[in-house]
Amino acid sequence: MASLPPIDLPAGTSGEGAFDAPVAEPSREKLFDYLLRLGDDSLILGQRLSEYCGHAPSVEVDLSLANMALDLIGQATLFLDLAGEVEGKGRDGDALAFHRDVLDFRNCWLVEQPNGDFAQTMARQWLFSTWQKSLFDRLANSRDPRIAEIAAKAVKEVAYHQDLAAEWVIRLGDGTEESRRRMVDGLDWMWRFVPELFEMDGIAAEAVRCGIGVDVAAFRDDYDRRLREVIAGAGLEPPADQRPILGGRRGHHSEHLGHLLAIMQFLPRTYPDSKW
Amino acid sequence: MVALARARDDVERIWAVLESVPDPEIPVLSIVDLGIVRAVEPGRVALTPTYTGCPATQVIERDVRAALDAAGYRGVRIDTALSPPWTTAWISEEGRRKLRAYGIAPPLPAGERTVACPQCGATDTEEISRFGSTPCKALWRCRACAEPFDLFKCH
Repeated sequence: MASLPPIDLPAGTSGEGAFDAPVAEPSREKLFDYLLRLGDDSLILGQRLSEYCGHAPSVEVDLSLANMALDLIGQATLFLDLAGEVEGKGRDGDALAFHRDVLDFRNCWLVEQPNGDFAQTMARQWLFSTWQKSLFDRLANSRDPRIAEIAAKAVKEVAYHQDLAAEWVIRLGDGTEESRRRMVDGLDWMWRFVPELFEMDGIAAEAVRCGIGVDVAAFRDDYDRRLREVIAGAGLEPPADQRPILGGRRGHHSEHLGHLLAIMQFLPRTYPDSKW
Repeated sequence: MVALARARDDVERIWAVLESVPDPEIPVLSIVDLGIVRAVEPGRVALTPTYTGCPATQVIERDVRAALDAAGYRGVRIDTALSPPWTTAWISEEGRRKLRAYGIAPPLPAGERTVACPQCGATDTEEISRFGSTPCKALWRCRACAEPFDLFKCH
């Protein structure tokens, strides 16, 4: 019986099967940073939404926003608790949420933007939840089972946020002259913060290389397509291209974040370790 | 053999204790009806949250601790298990019946789209708000009897 012909291996490969080879582990610092990004996005948007509690245009909307805030703060608790565990310095989710300063936050600029009017709030929610849904869908396959199970748990809730926000973008965009103007303005305000969601820096790339994080650039086209569908459904034109604003993942933030933290952190910093 | 039998008895007794712990938001349901008890072993109970941010999660853990302590199971540990994520499919038949009797429409089985009013049974119903009084419920209205009601959302 003739033996199989020898296989020509590409230069630099061992022939031992690259898929079976051990994958590099990310350093503790990088994994910690990656988890902070995930947790801080959810924490800051959850805090923003909870500002509406008792102030939304109707009781149904009030309930929606409060419930979305709860979901997001739940995600933040899980990601930041895990970040603290990875860091190994005895900090838990609460310590990370309430005892870090603004430069140590790793959230994107989009989530820290002020609520503005209801249309601006929904524009922000829609742009973020649409992105987070695609992110968590993929993060549920993370090689780190702790991250995968948080994403798999949360993605079902995020799908709800995405639907709800998209419905409001359509309803306001396709509503009265005033609601349309407000939605156009809201989208226009938030548009420059979208490119940051798809930024890949060294830490994101390392997380992807280790099979732990998500290559966000890979779902950019899909994201843009989803945006176009909803914008068309709202009878609107996509906002004009704007100069992107980047830097949140490196701790560069807008002035708005400091004000948000001042309110969020005041109590636990003024009365440390108090229980209720 | 004796030890094994005792362990089995303990597991059964712990299940009975957990069946006596009501869900704090929907007290007609026990946490067993709700399907959030994932595992019971002689030294360990595993619970899973319904929604990631559900504030009841902490209350439930405290209530389970108190019930176990009162029944003499101080040494039983309470763990949280996230995976596989909880879905409404974990709610027992008994749980569904109790929900309906309490005035909450139970989550729809897969493929089912018609929501029946838990008050009058009519199917002429509409959604008012996707979010209701708790993360797990949506607010609905019956067009036949004009009463609002909660729907336990499919999740």
